[in-house]
Amino acid sequence: MSVHKPSPHDAAALHVTGQARYVDDIPLPGNAVHLAFGLSSIARGRITAMALDKVRQAPGVIAVLTAADLPGANDVSPSIHDEPLLSDGDVHYAGQPLFLVVADSHLAARKAARLGEVTYEEEPPVLTIEDALEKDWRFEDGPRIYTKGDVDAALAAAPHRLSGRIEMGGQEHFYLEGQAALALPQEGGDMVVHSSTQHPTEIQHKVADALNMPMHAVRVETRRMGGGFGGKESQGNALAVACAVAAQLTGRPAKMRYDRDDDMTITGKRHDFRIDYTVGHDAEGRILAVDFTQYTRCGWAQDLSLPVADRAMLHADNAYLLPNARITSHRLRTNMASATAFRGFGGPQGMVGIERVMDHLAHDLGIDPVELRRRNYYRAAPLAETGKPETTPPTPGNKLDPGDVASRGATQVSSGLGAAKRFGGEFSPAQPAEDSNTTPYHMEVTDFILHEMTDSLLERADYASRKAAITEWNASNDRLKKGIAFSPVKFGISFTLTHLNQAGALVHVYQDGSVHMNHGGTEMGQGLFQKVAQVAASRFGLPLDAIKITATDTGKVPNTSATAASSGSDLNGMAVKAACDTIRDRMAECLAELHQVQPAEVVFAEGEVRVGTEVMPFARAAQIAYENRVSLSATGFYKTPEVAWDRIAGKGRPFFYFAYGAAITEVVIDTLTGENRILRTDILHDAGASLNPALDIRQVEGGYVQGAGWLTTEELWWDDAGHLRTHAPSTYKIPACSDRPDIFNVALWEGENRAETIYRSKAVGEPPFMLGISAHLALSDACAACGPAFPDLQAPATAEEVLRAVKRAQA
Amino acid sequence: MTQVSMTVNGKPVSGEVEGRTLLADYLREDLRLTGTHIGCDTSQCGACVVHVNGKAVKACTMFAAEAEGAEVTTIEGMANPDGSLNTIQQAFQDHHGLQCGFCTPGMVMSAAALLEENPKPTEAEIRDYLEGNICRCTGYHNIVKAIMAASGQDVSAIAAE
Repeated sequence: MSVHKPSPHDAAALHVTGQARYVDDIPLPGNAVHLAFGLSSIARGRITAMALDKVRQAPGVIAVLTAADLPGANDVSPSIHDEPLLSDGDVHYAGQPLFLVVADSHLAARKAARLGEVTYEEEPPVLTIEDALEKDWRFEDGPRIYTKGDVDAALAAAPHRLSGRIEMGGQEHFYLEGQAALALPQEGGDMVVHSSTQHPTEIQHKVADALNMPMHAVRVETRRMGGGFGGKESQGNALAVACAVAAQLTGRPAKMRYDRDDDMTITGKRHDFRIDYTVGHDAEGRILAVDFTQYTRCGWAQDLSLPVADRAMLHADNAYLLPNARITSHRLRTNMASATAFRGFGGPQGMVGIERVMDHLAHDLGIDPVELRRRNYYRAAPLAETGKPETTPPTPGNKLDPGDVASRGATQVSSGLGAAKRFGGEFSPAQPAEDSNTTPYHMEVTDFILHEMTDSLLERADYASRKAAITEWNASNDRLKKGIAFSPVKFGISFTLTHLNQAGALVHVYQDGSVHMNHGGTEMGQGLFQKVAQVAASRFGLPLDAIKITATDTGKVPNTSATAASSGSDLNGMAVKAACDTIRDRMAECLAELHQVQPAEVVFAEGEVRVGTEVMPFARAAQIAYENRVSLSATGFYKTPEVAWDRIAGKGRPFFYFAYGAAITEVVIDTLTGENRILRTDILHDAGASLNPALDIRQVEGGYVQGAGWLTTEELWWDDAGHLRTHAPSTYKIPACSDRPDIFNVALWEGENRAETIYRSKAVGEPPFMLGISAHLALSDACAACGPAFPDLQAPATAEEVLRAVKRAQA
Repeated sequence: MTQVSMTVNGKPVSGEVEGRTLLADYLREDLRLTGTHIGCDTSQCGACVVHVNGKAVKACTMFAAEAEGAEVTTIEGMANPDGSLNTIQQAFQDHHGLQCGFCTPGMVMSAAALLEENPKPTEAEIRDYLEGNICRCTGYHNIVKAIMAASGQDVSAIAAE
């Protein structure tokens, strides 16, 4: 079987020879046009005049478009239609696209875009949490609140209480390939769009709306992205729509790629968060109640902020059983680029909150932070047959705007009122007892394996003796201090907008036995295509090279969900399996009849088909099936079972299962400069029965480094006027080659998913990102070695922030 | 417009360029050698590294006209004459030194320049040398490992598989 094997990335040979094509590499007909946006120079106000004559007269310019010139919907929002492609007169952030330049070259378009003369009636921008709260600028109707137990009573009754605050910055995706799109006009007004997107169906839908055409007139193709990380779930809409509009207007192919500075200025980033906490606990560090208030700056448009903020709430517990919990979430509107999806989708932010609580408690009580965490873990769940619920799970009853059903942004239109009642009615899942192993959103945790994983990691990393050695080392070193920290991850797998948990596939077997595979997932480097191809090869008993991986294409598989929420392999692997099995069963039936055996006696393995006692190559079997007029093409479909919840009430089962991981990081800081580095990292991560251990380990390594980058060197900085001043790699520091840990040991947990996923594997895209939290905690530990007080390290822990924390510890 | 002539991947090429045309744009647009990627437009990310007269250069930091008469090698010229992957390319594939692949051409070109100068670099020397090549996917671990392996050094201790 091809699954569970460490095959290299499917396009590795193309990448190392420069042959792999990204959107900007696709050969263009000679008459193609190139696009650039003219951007606002202020963060908030109203346009009073826009003089574009100089832009129109600039060399190479073919056309200049404003909102009034658009043929269809002026809308690139993935949620509530609050994001015009081009400003409708109001300016909501510095860098907002105001007009579109169509020119004969990329450079000509960019140069001309600078020549616009725009005058504004300026208003003071709303930039801070305080400002937004004061003005009540928010998305949704006030804060969302999830509650378990009686938090106020439990806090009042707790023998000890502790309060604090942690602020964490956002994060620029810094996909190496910037946003790009290419539109090719077809006969009859149809449009083919190549887009660097995680969500071809969303691109198709937005382009169709912009051109006033049905979705069938638009075909979107995505072979690969040069990195996505969530930044290409909705942020590619503007480029694709602009290209389609320009292509329709000129009748010529239209291409747009953002220059890096434009990309960082225009597109959304990870949501920054402030989390306030009050904890009631006993003397042994057991949490009795916790009250979290989460504030996030969503930027100017709603985009995907609601489900991001939901997921932050859903991960406020991380790995810990909280007997009483209240999570209050404020989703604030500010005059900044609209924050968007980024690997983890709010989960990391929620998790940092509770991990900070654990560290704060451990520091105050003088208890080893690992021990304190373990005391609060969810209980290990026995290995039991997880039966199907007896009643039919409630069907999602939320009324959805038909315009945006394929986007995670669609959650906002839930009425909320009626939905909450479902869980008190006849279709309610059985409510777990109050003292049972439930999350703050009342989902029972039935697959908790962090007790065993923690034991194993502590031993592999030699935690106890290293911790003792560090304490000793710190006692004899004044200037440099070391720190070590452990952090666990429990990450919920499924789209929280339940209906997105579906996928389709299209598989053809040709007469020569070669196989064409297509599905709705997109490849952004994560190795999805190879993992799913391994599934197809396994179903047919073929070598991997018999399977042709093909570009994601809305004309082949329609109505796809974004490749997001770590769901790519889970969903598309299952859909491809279903399609392959359909064809395989048809072939088996045909061959069985011809040879007078039972279909079960037809076996597909090692490139051959065994029919009773006869063995033939797969290609021969395919030929026979063709000659007997058997269809060798099939679609496959999959929908995740058992998930159903109410996001307004915060109750139910949003996740099919949890993925787990644990990390131990050791760091050293310079107490005079705040400079720091990671010395060693040990990781044990749960990918279930991994479809491809090599690719999965790479996800873990890359995720960890990206997570550590978020919490250490990556600092987004806006000035008082709302201009992002860190809009290039010169000022925004993602981890470089020398930032990665000197010693980096990564292993996968040996186990399989208790849930019935594709070959019992687990999703692996996002969960390892949160292992990077251990780097932040280790820095905090090193700062704590500088004095008696809690260092209260904020994030990102830049050198400056480390220095401040050292001072706080010494106070 | 300026006339330029140079040798790219062993073949003589010539054409007319504007004085301001960057080598990266000349390679990509005029010669259609799109393996040289543009990641940051500002000479920081390293996705556009090529060799000019044997030295690693960021192709977006140099004008095409400056390469007049030069020997230029791009990622498309790195495979063995029979088309098979060279040692470094093979090592990047075997040791999973890539994910999205966008930084890969630049990484391979930088690695080749490094190994030319320093055939047996230490891990620290590799990391130091790659400071100008950014990767957002891999965490660099397997890039370093691939380069170590390409230099003929034992990498079994570097990482678990």
